[in-house]
Amino acid sequence: MPLRSEHDIVLARQAVRRTAQDVGLSLVDQTKIVTAASELARNALIHGGGGQMLLSVLRGDTRVGVQISFIDQGPGIPNMELAMSDGWTSGGGLGMGLPGARRLVNEFDIKSAPGTGTQITVVRWK
Amino acid sequence: MLERILKEQRRELLQQWTAQLAQVATGGRISGEELEAQAAELLKYLDEALQTGSADDINQPAWNPARGFLEDLSRKRVLAGFSSDETATFLFSLKRPLFGALRAAAGKDADKLADEIWKATALLDKLGLYTVKAFQRTREEVIGRQQQELLELSTPVVRLWDGILALPLIGTLDSARTQVVMESLLQRLVDDEAQVAIIDITGVPTVDTLVAQHLMKAATAIRLMGAECIISGIRPQIAQTIVHLGVDLGGVTTKATIADALSTALRMTGRTISK
Repeated sequence: MPLRSEHDIVLARQAVRRTAQDVGLSLVDQTKIVTAASELARNALIHGGGGQMLLSVLRGDTRVGVQISFIDQGPGIPNMELAMSDGWTSGGGLGMGLPGARRLVNEFDIKSAPGTGTQITVVRWK
Repeated sequence: MLERILKEQRRELLQQWTAQLAQVATGGRISGEELEAQAAELLKYLDEALQTGSADDINQPAWNPARGFLEDLSRKRVLAGFSSDETATFLFSLKRPLFGALRAAAGKDADKLADEIWKATALLDKLGLYTVKAFQRTREEVIGRQQQELLELSTPVVRLWDGILALPLIGTLDSARTQVVMESLLQRLVDDEAQVAIIDITGVPTVDTLVAQHLMKAATAIRLMGAECIISGIRPQIAQTIVHLGVDLGGVTTKATIADALSTALRMTGRTISK
């Protein structure tokens, strides 16, 4: 899914919620993954200048989960440690989006380098 | 040749075109007479435009009346509930009668016929695309207007009690909406001389950091005006999510339901309820 405007974030949230419901996540887990997706989608839009969201269902041997990737070709994150710390913001936000999103999911993988963009993949297992 | 046909055989063209149009179902959204009138008008504009302008460039001033007519036509089609392909078909259905006339006029000269048909089809395609573009623009205008109306509609400030206002938020809380919400709420605070404002977020499906930030700013603004702010409608899953996000709503009074919020507000304003 493209992430080009505020409206796309709403659509992204709805898609994530639908998938989470299909997978059978509990209401709390649904809300968590949707909120994390909302944060990361907005990051891709505001800091990455727009990007893409890939949504998929992971089926392990005994468990099932929702995996979402956010890819942008923005300026990248120069200081990862700083970006992942609570309360630090490069924009005008609360500075809780990235670290908060990490706490809302089970797996959190971030790859970023200045100039090449950022790719974040999160998983929430059932 | 195209110019001559439009000038000399306009009546025949119109007749065949109308017959062609009559085959397409319109579902009663437009009458046969109206269609015929529109077809006649368009043929007239085409004729006029081709007298002074060229068929290669419909952006020339000579095409102004024809373009204006097509824009107007698209607008009417949008309002009548036609789809974009139905609207374009109106124009494209002229091809058959027009090509027929070209064929008759060209006789056995195949090269000439091919040239003329190419010229005619290129022109009609351009006009068709222009019509679709105008159609979409009108659609977008309609959508934009509806968004504005929704924005206004979706932010009602209601008076729960003397001095107690409630603002039930429903749907997505983006920056534009928050702005409208804040303006109407703060203005009502002044108008009603209210002491407590309850913001109910039961209808907000996702509370992320941006929404939390908007809420905190709203609460701060309300307090700056000397009133108290209560945020209600915090569902269990939202509460857990906010905790994990790490957002601190500590400075704001929050309640699970609007009923709790109201009873707190009543107490704040020095009222007691008894059975």
